[in-house]
Amino acid sequence: MVEVTLWGSLGAIAGGKSKVEIEAKDIRELFRKLAEQYPGFEPYIDRGIAVAIDGTIYRDTWSKELPKGAEIFLLPRLAGG
Amino acid sequence: MNFDPRYSGRNFASVGTRPIRPDGVDKVTGRARYGADFNMAGQLVGRVLRSPHAHATIRKIDTSKAEKLNGVKAVITAADLPDLTDGDAALYDILDNCMARKKALYDGHAVAAVAAVDARTARQALQLIEVDYEVLPHVTDVDEAMKHSAPVLNDTIFTEGLEQKPVKPSNVTKRSQYGHGDIHEGFGRADYVVERSFKTEQTHQGYIEPHACVASVSSDGTADLWVCTQGHFVYRQHCAQLLGMEASKLRVTSSEIGGGFGGKTHVWAEPVALALSRKAGRPVKLVMTRDEVFRASGPTSATSIDVRIGARKDGTITAAEATLRYSCGPYAGMWAELGAMTAFACYNLANVRTVGYEVLVNRPKTAAYRAPSAPMAAFAVESAVDELAKEIGMDPVEFRIRNAAQEGTRSSYGPVYGPIGIGPTLEAAKNHPHMKAPLGENQGRGMACGFWFNFGGQTCTDLNIGMDGSVSLAVGTVDVGGSRASLSLVAAEELGIAYEQVKAVVADTSSLGYNDMTDGSRGTFSSSMATISAARNAIKVLRERAAQMWDIPVDDVVWENGHAIAKGEKYGNLAALSLKEIAAGSGKTGGPIAGHSELVADGAGVSFATHICDIEVDPETGATKVLRYTVVQDAGKAVHPTYVEGQYQGGAAQGIGWALNEEYVYGKDGRLQNPGFLDYRIPVCSDLPMIDTQILEIPNPNHPYGVRGVGETSIVPPLAAIANAVSNAAGVRMTHIPMSPPRILAAIEAERGGRWSK
Repeated sequence: MVEVTLWGSLGAIAGGKSKVEIEAKDIRELFRKLAEQYPGFEPYIDRGIAVAIDGTIYRDTWSKELPKGAEIFLLPRLAGG
Repeated sequence: MNFDPRYSGRNFASVGTRPIRPDGVDKVTGRARYGADFNMAGQLVGRVLRSPHAHATIRKIDTSKAEKLNGVKAVITAADLPDLTDGDAALYDILDNCMARKKALYDGHAVAAVAAVDARTARQALQLIEVDYEVLPHVTDVDEAMKHSAPVLNDTIFTEGLEQKPVKPSNVTKRSQYGHGDIHEGFGRADYVVERSFKTEQTHQGYIEPHACVASVSSDGTADLWVCTQGHFVYRQHCAQLLGMEASKLRVTSSEIGGGFGGKTHVWAEPVALALSRKAGRPVKLVMTRDEVFRASGPTSATSIDVRIGARKDGTITAAEATLRYSCGPYAGMWAELGAMTAFACYNLANVRTVGYEVLVNRPKTAAYRAPSAPMAAFAVESAVDELAKEIGMDPVEFRIRNAAQEGTRSSYGPVYGPIGIGPTLEAAKNHPHMKAPLGENQGRGMACGFWFNFGGQTCTDLNIGMDGSVSLAVGTVDVGGSRASLSLVAAEELGIAYEQVKAVVADTSSLGYNDMTDGSRGTFSSSMATISAARNAIKVLRERAAQMWDIPVDDVVWENGHAIAKGEKYGNLAALSLKEIAAGSGKTGGPIAGHSELVADGAGVSFATHICDIEVDPETGATKVLRYTVVQDAGKAVHPTYVEGQYQGGAAQGIGWALNEEYVYGKDGRLQNPGFLDYRIPVCSDLPMIDTQILEIPNPNHPYGVRGVGETSIVPPLAAIANAVSNAAGVRMTHIPMSPPRILAAIEAERGGRWSK
């Protein structure tokens, strides 16, 4: 079980929660279970969500494992120049 | 990903040296081919008709007269680019921006295009196209656009992110919020509070090369596109989807690029050129004029920002908040959100809140500009930080060091930081001789910090070893700042050969797997990772071939300094085999030798910089002169230090232009008044001092060599550093960018008037 912190817009979809607990071993499973529990997340996942694991931001490595006790933070997918 | 990206702490032979770039001679002799330098047999000239109105309904477009003009081969409107975006709202906005559908949303919005045998005929044809507009009220100012009385650009947009769903459409597409703690409690504990409002005007990336392409669609449905872009694979995806083509049937080749800085990260004219070519049955070259580049491509946001920061007497910040309003042009974006995320990222704050508002205006579609949105937020925050330090009576560098984020700090955008470099850049700035240099009359010094995320992305690389032992490196990230040299150094490092043995090229979209574009400071970070991986795969093959040549098990062959070596005393008489020797025999040991890599480069690591600037202000005219400028930034590992320094200097130079001169000026009619380099003045060499740089190397733990991206962070601090310097020189706080001479003079005179009236 990992604790996942949501940014504002996602929190609103999760019924006002800023944190949710999910049983997931990697980013792929995290997104799948988030979409199952909160269908409103799906368009955001399609648009792109970045996952910060202990401060390091992952945008596309869905195989990245979620270590036990790690800080998991969801962020919007960033644009760059 | 079968590749371990962790930092290994190795020593380097090639990486960190400064050889001549492989594209250098061609660029200084004029032989290098940019977007407009490519030509095809039978090529037509494409030209675009643009709206003269800031906001207008398109009632009807009559192209019949233009079509009848001798020499005109195709005329297109939005009807020739039907909506194939399948619900992808961002791509629909790109489509609508390429060719207006129901409404023209800004001065310069494309409404039709022609392909003709020459430029004169094409221009004549544009004059024959009749567009029936119903002119609508417009709004170009970000604050005005938020008012209830403002004309609404898109009545299907209801503000996202509000607690209660709005019942009326609005120009505010989204509200976003970041932060933690209790700012009310924090401000309650503050001994000093600074509260200011700031504005920044819209600027263009100012790339010297305009958007340019040649499109050729064959009657069999295949197509070629030669184009100036930051990401030819992304352009292929966009164009293929917008034209209903299979991506594999569209080959996109990237030209050399005369600057992009974020402005060439999505398509503008390319789908138009392809649609014209498809209709005409001939190749079409489409090159934007400078006027078109300014009116219809990639400016950054104009902003309006309120900042409040409170601190105790001992210099500890107790609370910080900012409200950021960013213009997006006529389409939704996440520009204010990026400002809200980055505004306070340099600091360790117990109580912080930022709120961003994305605002639609009748201006061109906002595009990324080098660390998009961060420079404006840093301008507001770092100006207030400087002012607060002064009120407390602390040195501004010491004040920042006291409050700087460090490993374990919860960032203002949410996650807790790992190892970061803001502290070291501040310490380096504090100890830099620049900080101690004397200043003369009317001169001021300013400094400021900046933050950017950096990221990686999908990356694919091929490394082929020729039979003569030379190495071809094919990469898919467009070289915007010397990455072919850097990646050649990386290949040489891994293989243990000379830099001169490696030739790097940017491969077209049919020759290599998909690559994300060169943005997010990712070019060298990502493609070096893929190059290391490809080289290691090639070394595996080289060891196998050497084992064959020696007739020994491959496990007994190691690779050292560019040679296969048989390890163990039993092979004592075997002379090492060089890469060249193994390559020469490759035809008899299994054929060509190559290494391939496809990976997602993630874990780019956040980046920080601190800049110092000295400015002289003429109090009679408001004119400024930048006397000295120093950039301190963490590179992780500088693969080719000269090009890292070039990125630092380039960001600072663009920031100087943004801070002091550059500005989109709109008339009351909503039309852009200064779409050219005469009236929109970017800095030239004589405006700039030598920009000194100091590279810090704090290894990124998520890259084998410790590399971080360096391309964007350098534009984040200049607006604030220069504003602080001008404010110190002029004796008045500057709150509006650009600080052009009239604006500085007005501020000085207002201050004098204020003093006299007291």
